Amino acid sequence: MTEAGSERAYGRRTFLAVTGAGLSSLLWAKPVWHAVSGAARPLERALPAGIVPSSGWRIYTVAASMPRFDPTMWRLRIEGLVDSPLALTYDELRRLPRAEQVSGFHCVTGWSVKDVRWAGVRFRDLLAAARPQPNAKVLTFVSAERPYVDTLSLSQAELRDAMLAYEMDGEPLRREHGAPARVVIPEMYGYKNVKWVERIVVGDHVEPGYWEQRGYDVDAWVGRSNGL
Amino acid sequence: MASETVYVRRFSRTERALHWIHASAFLVLLGSGLVLYVPRLSTLVSRRPLVKDVHVYTAVAWIAALALVVAIGDRRGLRRTLRELDLFDDDDRLWLCRVPRPQGRFNAGQKLNAALTAAFAVLFSVSGFLLWYGERDTRFRFASTILLHDGLMYVALVLLFGHLYLAVIHPTTRHALRGMTLGSVRRDWAYEHHRKWIEAAEAEPHR
Repeated sequence: MTEAGSERAYGRRTFLAVTGAGLSSLLWAKPVWHAVSGAARPLERALPAGIVPSSGWRIYTVAASMPRFDPTMWRLRIEGLVDSPLALTYDELRRLPRAEQVSGFHCVTGWSVKDVRWAGVRFRDLLAAARPQPNAKVLTFVSAERPYVDTLSLSQAELRDAMLAYEMDGEPLRREHGAPARVVIPEMYGYKNVKWVERIVVGDHVEPGYWEQRGYDVDAWVGRSNGL
Repeated sequence: MASETVYVRRFSRTERALHWIHASAFLVLLGSGLVLYVPRLSTLVSRRPLVKDVHVYTAVAWIAALALVVAIGDRRGLRRTLRELDLFDDDDRLWLCRVPRPQGRFNAGQKLNAALTAAFAVLFSVSGFLLWYGERDTRFRFASTILLHDGLMYVALVLLFGHLYLAVIHPTTRHALRGMTLGSVRRDWAYEHHRKWIEAAEAEPHR
């Protein structure tokens, strides 16, 4: 410290500048990321899948273990306010009219995945054989991952691009994405897109789902719910 | 000289305690955070609620332990250290431009690292709190919080690798690790790397 007069408080300035920039990014990070991530896509593709979340997916679960799909034992039960309750095998599910779509996926915590290719069954086709009764208003999706559950109104489930999906990006749904079948409803946040669906209960009123019991909105429209 | 090595004390107990609390908490938070974040690890471990608890409670313990050490430790010494870390003189500015200049107890790179580490600690804490609290009260949910938390992790990882390289591998600097573990370093090493500190300390031994 030979020239005390020339000392400058760069340490605290660096601290304040970085802290300030970081806090302000709460306001601009997402739109800026959207703008630049398109440009960064070729780079992301070069990275091995699943090592870094280059695909944008994060795997959220609520139970101590992730359900495992056994094709011989698995049944999809459709029950409640229906004339003929069903228990579909995996093959029977796959033989129902097939629908395909490309749609985005949005998580309420802020991450999104663009252009996911889904294949599955529209709910109208899925429910046809069970014959819902006239007073049926909602579908409750019970996950094999206890105690995860969520509901959609029939009108939500009949949106043009809502489905029970069994394929993602050209291959059977992977375990971490809800194998063998999950709800896909791109207009709503991920927590309405129940994974590992094993039972669909047709009912006449909405029961709050897993996250809804914890304060989340029942109608989880992307961009118009949950304070976003 | 060869037979009698002279050591000088570089880091106090309080400083070392703060460093190691921060370092160990960071590693636990990094490990548990990666399990929550990387799809392949999330699937492999799959006990998300438990890992989430580990992550959140470690963060709370980290802040509490830092506060405790500051409360019961050598606060006067810490204030002096903060001042040392804050102030950059002409030698520091030249050193950052790769001009070899004598340095104090902290070289200019270490000062910058300390400022960044402190800023990151604040930003990690704030964004982490918002992630946790936003799950409970949607008024505190912002679409960018998770991007900030994850982005910090990537930058912090780069800083950590640089820090570990200099502290453990790089031959001329790795002796510094002794200062952070046992508290003291060889006087001849310190004279070479932190000459202004040694000269000032020897001119005024009861500093």
